Amino acid sequence: MRWVERFRMAMLMLFRRKAETERLNRELEFHLEQQIAENVAKGMQPEEARMAALRLFGNPTVLRDEARSSWSWNWLEGLWRDARYGLRTLLRSPSFSATAILVMALGIGASTSLFTIVRSVLLKPLPFREPDKLVMVYEHFRRDTKYSYNPVAAADFHDWREKTHGFQDMAAWRWWAGAITTDSGQMPEVVGGAAGSWNLFSVLGVEPALGRTFTPDEDRIGAPDAVILSWSLFQSRFNGDRSIVGKAVRIDSKPYTVVGVLPKSFTYPDPEVKVWIPYATAFEPDELVAHDHHQSHVVARLKKDVPAAAAIQQVSALQYRMHMADLTKPVAEDAVMRPVIEDVVRDVKTPLLILMASVGCMLLIACLNVSNLLVARGASRRREVAIRGALGGSRLKLIREQITESFLISIAGGLLGVLLSFFATRWLATHWQDLPRADAIQMDGTILVFSAVIVFLSALAAGLAPAVSSTGSNLLSALQESSRALGGGLSRASLRKTLLAAEVTLTVVLLISAGLLFKSFMHLRSSDLGCVTDHVLTMRYGLPDRDYDTPGKIVGFHEALLEKVRNLPGVVAAGLVSTAPGAGYESSRIFAIPEHPSNGELLNQDAMTRKADPGYFNAIQIPLLQGRVFTTQDRFDRSNYVVISKLLADQHFPGESPLGKHIKIEWDQKSESSMEIIGVVGDTIYEIGEPIKPMVYFPLLSGATTETTLVTVVVRTAQDPLALATPVQKQISSLDSQIAVNRVLTMPQIIGNATASKSFSTSLVLAFALLSLMLAAVGLYGVLSYLVQQRVAEIGIRMALGAQRSEILRLVLMDGMRPVLFGLALGLLGGAVAGMLIKSTLYGTRPLDPIVFAGMIGSLVLTAAMASAIPAMRACRIEPTQALRTE
Amino acid sequence: MGKPSDLVQGTLDLLILKTLSLEPKHGWAIAKRIQQISNEVLQVQQGSLYPALHRLEQQGWIRAKWNESETGRQAKFYSLTAAGRAQLEKEKESWKRLSTAIDVVIDSL
Repeated sequence: MRWVERFRMAMLMLFRRKAETERLNRELEFHLEQQIAENVAKGMQPEEARMAALRLFGNPTVLRDEARSSWSWNWLEGLWRDARYGLRTLLRSPSFSATAILVMALGIGASTSLFTIVRSVLLKPLPFREPDKLVMVYEHFRRDTKYSYNPVAAADFHDWREKTHGFQDMAAWRWWAGAITTDSGQMPEVVGGAAGSWNLFSVLGVEPALGRTFTPDEDRIGAPDAVILSWSLFQSRFNGDRSIVGKAVRIDSKPYTVVGVLPKSFTYPDPEVKVWIPYATAFEPDELVAHDHHQSHVVARLKKDVPAAAAIQQVSALQYRMHMADLTKPVAEDAVMRPVIEDVVRDVKTPLLILMASVGCMLLIACLNVSNLLVARGASRRREVAIRGALGGSRLKLIREQITESFLISIAGGLLGVLLSFFATRWLATHWQDLPRADAIQMDGTILVFSAVIVFLSALAAGLAPAVSSTGSNLLSALQESSRALGGGLSRASLRKTLLAAEVTLTVVLLISAGLLFKSFMHLRSSDLGCVTDHVLTMRYGLPDRDYDTPGKIVGFHEALLEKVRNLPGVVAAGLVSTAPGAGYESSRIFAIPEHPSNGELLNQDAMTRKADPGYFNAIQIPLLQGRVFTTQDRFDRSNYVVISKLLADQHFPGESPLGKHIKIEWDQKSESSMEIIGVVGDTIYEIGEPIKPMVYFPLLSGATTETTLVTVVVRTAQDPLALATPVQKQISSLDSQIAVNRVLTMPQIIGNATASKSFSTSLVLAFALLSLMLAAVGLYGVLSYLVQQRVAEIGIRMALGAQRSEILRLVLMDGMRPVLFGLALGLLGGAVAGMLIKSTLYGTRPLDPIVFAGMIGSLVLTAAMASAIPAMRACRIEPTQALRTE
Repeated sequence: MGKPSDLVQGTLDLLILKTLSLEPKHGWAIAKRIQQISNEVLQVQQGSLYPALHRLEQQGWIRAKWNESETGRQAKFYSLTAAGRAQLEKEKESWKRLSTAIDVVIDSL
């Protein structure tokens, strides 16, 4: 009951405040009249009665205020008053307000955007059932220190699943790709895919949107081919036609029955995976039972009552037994695990955190800057504040008023910032290549709450120091201080200098981090691939294994194509290779050298493998160092030769010629053929940013089935390489219209793609750093202008007493540079720490890179000097006579 | 008759509630009534009466209504709500406890 009453009153007070005020006045008036009437009744004259009543009544205004102070919503009224007051002061200096709001908007907008991305990518649970119960299980080789998470061999996975019971269930998948053709006459399209074990979707807890997932019977070699489509392919290629379920589609010219369609939210392991086939059907029979072919990813669901450590311990123990069972092959010793989410975001976690940190720095700099601007304004309002304090304005009220101002700035900046970040986030999500879970990025209530908190904190950060300092207890001195007083406001100047030093410190930290990242990035971009990169076009095509099932057919196609391409106008040279330099890992195999007695390190020797035709090395200008490359005579059965890279020769044939020696390595489904080394060629980089690995080239013209069907044609051209993209594609489809072409790229594009993500995050950090530098410059300029203004009279006297203009210049410059240098020193320390923290992402540079440090110090000092120059010049142009006369 | 005593802190609410427990009254009448009943010992100042009335109203213990006064003018009449009646009992209770305690202390010395 009482609550109803109170609520009624609260509403009344909120919405009928004016009417209530009127009533209060009438109530008090009534009281006064009663008093007068009583006085008259006692025999006073009306006028006298009125005076007496008023005397007794006291100050009606105070009485009214006191009565009102018991009403609810008083705080709101006070807030509204403060806000109106703050708004008026802000509108009085629009340029200051606009600057401050813009600075805040940038800081808040950038933090909101980054937080949106960090939350969606790193923090939101994956769209699986109980995702925190899911882990990825990997193999681990004890000799491997850099990559502790090794893909799993199919046989290992099967044994883990059957022989251990710590996990509720385990499922596996491997990457796969195929060219899909439909009867509708569309061009064949190469789609990324994956092969997943039949229980994968139930382990993940994902229900198909249409149809069903795989059955155990489909997940075996020789089973009728089945495929599950991703939602995006279902929409783009089949226009969302539900009747596709149960029908056949052709992938690599083989018919696959569509059994289901996955939900839209399912983009695991990445959005490029558009078709799923059963796990076992993506293997050769011998691969499926091998413990040394590592290609699969294993997802496991934890049991409720078995701790993760115990479960993985069981698997690891089993893995060690398997390792001991065959010491001649690379079978891993241990099994390790990590949460699925970490697996998905591993490449972007560090860059995102770096970006988040730099945005945080920038926001802090923005706050410091606004704080600095507010201190400057506080200085000019010092007397007003002092007078109000002297008249009884409580300190808390004065502080509240000033903070309200910084709140208004922050709120306006926040609104603008959220608007900005709405667009910025969308832009980031679409332009950041290889960002996992980009589809999940969206702004929502949590983000708005986050921005509100940021606005609140920024307002406090920016407003507290100036407000507290400007309402300090030395009211009297402020009142006594005349504008002629020298050295006035020195303490406030020192506050500003402290803020400035802090600003410079943060800026230097940002600059150094950005510089280091930028230098790494430049190193990556200019990586020497080991071949020519100008005027080279590459494109990949795959011959369907079903149609090209003999060496003759395969080599026939490749040679016919090369013949046609070489005859195209503008083509200088053309060749074929399985994977172009910089285009990725492909595969690596262990090998032995029969001429060298085994020294027990067999398992430590592995080499990248490539297949190349005779013309490849010349086409892309990989230098021949010893011996010869393949000839067109080395084909089919007469092709038991390999070409090795310089690093392999240096490592394994030091001081001797490798020519004529042999390499025992798995090739063409015959395990461990012994192949003669006929030549040594220069090293090439397989992946930008990774160290060079030893490489073995097999002859492509052997026509080994399934090994030589997926190739990249490399074309060196006289003019613009991309102009030849269509002609070369036409030659391919004129030979076989069912063959799909993909990855049509020039070498610079390959490098660009490999570094795109780095380029993106580096440019962002660099942009934040430059913005911070600008903010610091604005701050410095503001402080110095203020100081000069304060010291006009002093400078006038100095000049009148004979000070040289150059001395004045030096005086002002030193005043500005001191906090800068102090901040610089601190910032260098911070920068060194930041450099250590981002060490793992650096390439070709180190945390204490002298060039980066020197460059950043230089640019900061230069900017600071420029920002100080203008007020300093103004100071030395002061006319002493005029300065002394100004009051 | 000596100087009117100032009210003991916090007792004004109790006095107002008690005064209103008989019948609705306006501010002036409340002050007069307290003064009369206490034989002019307790003087209620306007400066504390009206803030107290408004506070009690915000608390939901009393309710205000505009009515015609004895003199025919519109006046704001306050009356006790059910919650106010309960509150009055509580305040009476605690006042009795307090004054008894004070009596005991004073008598023992």
